[in-house]
Amino acid sequence: MDNLSKDMFVIKGKSIEKMESISRPSLSFWQDAWRRLRKNRAAFVGLCIIIFYVILAIFAPMLSKYGFSTMDAANQHAAPSLQHWFGTDATGRDQWVRTWMGARVSLSIGLFSATINMCVGAVLGGLCGFYGGKLDMIMMRIVDILYGIPSLIITILVMMVLGKGVAPLIVAMCVVGWIGTCRFVRGEVYRLKEQDFVMAAKVLGVSDFVIIVKHIIPNIVGMLVTNLCMAIPGAIFQEAFLSYIGLGIAPPRCSWGILAKEGIAYLRVHPHEVAIPAAIICTTMLALNLLGDGLRDAVDPKLRGTE
Amino acid sequence: MTKYVIKRVIAAILTLWALVTIVFFLSRLMPGEPFTNPKLTPQVIENMNKYYGFDKPLIVQYFQYMGNLLHGNFGYSMKYTNKTVNYIIGQTFPFSADLGIRALTLAISFGLVLGILAARKRGTKIDFFCVLIAIIGTSIPDFIMGALLQYFFGIKWGLLPVALYKGFKYTILPATALAFYTLASVSRIMRASMLEVTSQDYIKTARSKGLSEARITIRHQIRNAIMPVMTILGPTVAAVLTGTFVIEAIFAIPGMGKYYVESVNNNDYSMILGMTMFYGIFLVTANLIVDILYGVADPRVRIGKK
Amino acid sequence: MAEKRETLLELKNVVYSFKTYGGEVKAVRDVSFDVRAGEVLGIVGESGCGKSVTAQCILRLNPEPPGFFEGGEIFYKGKDILKMSNKEIRKIRGGEIGFVFQDPMTSLNPTMKVGKQIMEVFVGREGYTKEEVKQKALEIMKLVGISDSEKRFNQYPHELSGGMKQRIMIAIALVSRPSLIICDEPTTSLDVTIEAQILELLLELREKLGTSIIMITHDLGVIAKICDRVVVMYGGKIVEKGTVREIYYKTAHPYTDGLMHSIARLETNRGEKLSPIEGTPPDLFAPPIGCPFAARCDYCMDVCNQYPPEEYQLSDEHTTRCWLHHENAPATKFKRTKGEAK
Repeated sequence: MDNLSKDMFVIKGKSIEKMESISRPSLSFWQDAWRRLRKNRAAFVGLCIIIFYVILAIFAPMLSKYGFSTMDAANQHAAPSLQHWFGTDATGRDQWVRTWMGARVSLSIGLFSATINMCVGAVLGGLCGFYGGKLDMIMMRIVDILYGIPSLIITILVMMVLGKGVAPLIVAMCVVGWIGTCRFVRGEVYRLKEQDFVMAAKVLGVSDFVIIVKHIIPNIVGMLVTNLCMAIPGAIFQEAFLSYIGLGIAPPRCSWGILAKEGIAYLRVHPHEVAIPAAIICTTMLALNLLGDGLRDAVDPKLRGTE
Repeated sequence: MTKYVIKRVIAAILTLWALVTIVFFLSRLMPGEPFTNPKLTPQVIENMNKYYGFDKPLIVQYFQYMGNLLHGNFGYSMKYTNKTVNYIIGQTFPFSADLGIRALTLAISFGLVLGILAARKRGTKIDFFCVLIAIIGTSIPDFIMGALLQYFFGIKWGLLPVALYKGFKYTILPATALAFYTLASVSRIMRASMLEVTSQDYIKTARSKGLSEARITIRHQIRNAIMPVMTILGPTVAAVLTGTFVIEAIFAIPGMGKYYVESVNNNDYSMILGMTMFYGIFLVTANLIVDILYGVADPRVRIGKK
Repeated sequence: MAEKRETLLELKNVVYSFKTYGGEVKAVRDVSFDVRAGEVLGIVGESGCGKSVTAQCILRLNPEPPGFFEGGEIFYKGKDILKMSNKEIRKIRGGEIGFVFQDPMTSLNPTMKVGKQIMEVFVGREGYTKEEVKQKALEIMKLVGISDSEKRFNQYPHELSGGMKQRIMIAIALVSRPSLIICDEPTTSLDVTIEAQILELLLELREKLGTSIIMITHDLGVIAKICDRVVVMYGGKIVEKGTVREIYYKTAHPYTDGLMHSIARLETNRGEKLSPIEGTPPDLFAPPIGCPFAARCDYCMDVCNQYPPEEYQLSDEHTTRCWLHHENAPATKFKRTKGEAK
């Protein structure tokens, strides 16, 4: 080390740029979440599958020459072929068209009931959590009591009152479906409003509305989206279950649950009639679960800024 | 502890009351007259009139209905003339309970084992395998699982009987089909919970005491990680119960679920009401038991903090 | 300077890193120091400087993977801890060396009675009956100042206050009468009054039991109060070590000097401002080639950015790693210190 020349020993002091160079590039919440979601291959595949199914559900029935309820006595239980891509059912109806008509029903029930539940739950829970007081106390007592009632029982009874159909299904699933979200959002809002950054905003005289929009909502919206994504498969499951036990939608319309039910009756002789709807239900569930998991990790504040 | 139990019991009673009320008023809203069914014998009509008190004002009917329930009387069937709901529950419930208990045992024990294994071997092939099972399990509805098992193990390979319920061999397929979804969700939660606990400071404390890995895993990790699993036990019981509806129908098991689905398809309203009520009471009670168990397991709840 | 005591623990050129998805984090880089029987050694530095990781290295408590030793040796009573089997290291943990963690709130198992948690130290150690172990636990609880120990014995952690929990932690560390306890910021999460009590307790216990203590802290006040010797760490490296007097009155490293300036003290004149060290510690993903403190140093020279500083021996105990002690460096006086840099 004796080769160190004297001119290297001149005091220069600290270098601000070097200190700054340490910090990493900053990303907004959604940029960061989207970046991480894209990196999660499983979640991305899930997203692609869902988009693919949605496109088929919209266009496949339009572009086919068969109607979803047109029977063909000469062509019962046909195996998949060039004419009937997914074969035909017991009355000769084209399964390809029925599958994607069923997709419209199943997917929209899943999406609508989950979304409605989320909105109702989030608004009620948010109000209770933010304003607290008597309203909150009464609401929470009610919610606690309702939470203990098995939701399926209410759903079944409401279905029996309203009769079969898509709208009754959605209504029946929403009667008690919002309670979970309500509890969750209330807890989150309650926790957030006690935090220092909200306190700081209050001290600065920011209005409640701005606090809700700028501080509360951005902090829970990620988790809400994730919850929504996780709730959709649940709703599709429930629809399939209700259709399966005979409380779903009225024939000749169909859903994936009905297709699977009809298929199971011919399990021994025509296994493809159950295999196809089963495969589609399962891949949809899988895709939504993968996407939900990916979203959960993507919006998790604890994982922010990591790879 | 006593305070906690009393609180839970009161909550459960309130919930039951709400349930009865909702079911009663919804049942009055249902379409269709109970007496238009030509199959009904005068005897049944008389029984039903007595039971519901249709000629009296609604509020009286309500109290009468509550009174009937308090006496453990769930009503009459319109289809199976002159059979009470109690009789049918007595005939069919044992099958459902047997199937449900088998499925629950299977689901919880295997679910916990898979979850613990996955967390202990995090990042290895074993972990990948367990996570794969979990995610597949939560993606297959139980009726599809039932059909799959039936097709491969029963029809294609002829290994196991596909219908009825007459001995251990008969129970394997339906119990597995019923357990699969719950097994998957238990293992998912257990894995996440184990990983969460593993990074806790008290695990490091345990390690700093010079304890063996086995003891740390059992006494410190599993003991704490199992708490979140207990909180989903209530919904789990409900999920298994719901599953019995379709699984019993698929495997032709003469249980309550199969009967329930038949009643729905036959529009046997009073039967459905009675059975629904029974399910409701059953689940609320199950939830209460789970809550109390949770209190026993977690000292923080037991001593009344939080 | 008291007579030189027998060496209990010695770290030699320890290098410890973590493998992460983003690359290797070099948390501890070439750290050497020793602990002698009956002394209190302080390790001081700001968050993320590697002091906790160093402490946990001694008992191999860092999670492995991702953590791993890249090099070095750790001798405890002449035996290399890094070469021990799992069984041997378990005997050392709890038996020979106790560990007190930073946050008593989360460091106790919430579902186990505290008495049981103290007794657990003896699980797998032979020669004690259950009754003896319980007696030992009760005894140590009394010793660490827990009144009503019979009753506390059967309580759960959430029923105790923070200070009480930290006493339990200390009891756990001490129950087997180890020859060394490592305290990782034991008072950071406690009130100042409780902090004073806990420090008092630690000193008292050293008197009674002759235990050596490694005290990890970011608080120079704590160091001044209880330590015999001090190790100052920055960016995973030791930048200065020496006796407390040397560190305080003959400060030889600009970072130590900066630390001294950033604490409030009674003799600070009214109107005089505290001067914090500007900037943040280096990213240990890619530590700087030269001196880790260079970017934030008021006395930074070109050489500091290019070569890691050598170790300069200033007295028997006092060493530092700073180019200001090179013969070519200009004579410098730090802002505060009464002593002077060479």
